[in-house]
Amino acid sequence: MGVMKAITGAEAAAEAMRQINPDVVVAYPITPQTPIVEQFAKFVANGVVDTEMVPVESEHSAMSATVGAEAAGARAMSATSSQGLALMWEIVAATPGLRLPVVMSLVNRTLSAPLNIHCDHSDVMGVTTLGWIQIFSENAQEVYENLPLAVRVAEDPRIQLPAMVNQDGFITSHAVEPVEIFEDDAIRRYVGVRSMERALLDLNHVETIGAMVLPDYLLEVKRAQEEAMSHVFEVYTEAGRELTAITGHAYPFFETYKTEDAEAVIVVLNSAAGTAKVAVDAMRAKGKKVGVLKPILFRPFPYAAVREALRKVPVVGVLDRSMDFGAYAPVYSEIRNVLYDVDQRPATQSYIYGLGGRDIMSTELESVFDELLGGTVDPEHQRYVGLRE
Amino acid sequence: MSSKKSWHELEVGVVLPPATSVGYKTGGWRVFRPVWDASQCIHCMICVNYCPDMAIPIEKSEQGAVGKGGRVYKGAVRKETNFDYCKGCGICATECPSKCLTMIREEEAEQASCKL
Repeated sequence: MGVMKAITGAEAAAEAMRQINPDVVVAYPITPQTPIVEQFAKFVANGVVDTEMVPVESEHSAMSATVGAEAAGARAMSATSSQGLALMWEIVAATPGLRLPVVMSLVNRTLSAPLNIHCDHSDVMGVTTLGWIQIFSENAQEVYENLPLAVRVAEDPRIQLPAMVNQDGFITSHAVEPVEIFEDDAIRRYVGVRSMERALLDLNHVETIGAMVLPDYLLEVKRAQEEAMSHVFEVYTEAGRELTAITGHAYPFFETYKTEDAEAVIVVLNSAAGTAKVAVDAMRAKGKKVGVLKPILFRPFPYAAVREALRKVPVVGVLDRSMDFGAYAPVYSEIRNVLYDVDQRPATQSYIYGLGGRDIMSTELESVFDELLGGTVDPEHQRYVGLRE
Repeated sequence: MSSKKSWHELEVGVVLPPATSVGYKTGGWRVFRPVWDASQCIHCMICVNYCPDMAIPIEKSEQGAVGKGGRVYKGAVRKETNFDYCKGCGICATECPSKCLTMIREEEAEQASCKL
């Protein structure tokens, strides 16, 4: 049993970082991520953690210094949002190829323009092809638990890849919720100490990292990187099982809510999944069989397992909190791919919702369910929840 | 291709042995060559410290080297530039307080050596 604390999603991330006690944290403030490093800076100032905190002049430097510390052998962490992620993109892209298990909180915020500080997923969906493990969190409790889990998965010798833990800007990061905080010792034992196996500062085994790789070897390097990513499923399961022993919570690749007999299912990431569950309960009270599938592990994407979960559902609506202009929206693309190998494919409908922090109401999601159940779907054309025509 | 490693055999994160740049000779990049006039050198080590390629070798010499004003400079003395690595950037010539380094075009240096 842990202790219940009334904290925000950002504070939950900082609590997790306090317990992880990383060697180095490098970050630059950006809304809505700022309260994570603000709270963590207090832990550093109060001597609660042993972390070397490095203030820098930009996110490009933040991720550069994080990568440098991680290469040296430290357990290094960072946190960012939106424009900050965009500015550090060059180094974010380099981290997986260097096989450095950096763990970073990403507090999802709209990518400018237009300038907007509120939540959508246009920041993370621009980096899902780079090779980071992507984990999504519905609420502050999941944020708190996903961070130590991410450290264990990222640093596993079979993986050695960076991981991003996502939470919705403001909706999760700034809203106070009861969060169960487990014992410091239990979490510290769980994450352990980072292995020095690949530490650059091991002067007895001097080596070069970050060297240029020409056409004769780059394909092989990337193939090996993909192999590591493919092992995430087994490592995530193992590390999740160990974390369950502490928390009592399960760590599936995705969560299903009342999908077993569902005639329509909504697929949606992060905080809106909570709203969708409320809508499911309201629909079920009216005798309508509907459910929700919430992806948690988004990279690598568990295609086979999601396929099994959706195989028998007649119609699937996929809600995206970002767009891919001139193409299917990011989550919808994954679900379309998932369903290709099903003989009797479910009908699908893509919805865009919640851009720039637009609220999504449970009543709007009930309307989506009604539309799905009504059978008037058009898989080729995305629809927009709450759009003024 | 068969002599090259398969993807299974690679070190995680492209880890290579240290000091691989020793095998990569960059002297061919040179447009200008630093010509060292040992008779004007004061062996102050400024060029050695400024050289971005560590291309100026030094040695410890008890008997010393004859330099500016015919004086014998003992202790650490510089040697001729290592042209396997010198890229001809000219920093040594700019920084030299004794003006004993002159940058000349590489082809002039080659023609001069042919005349000999």
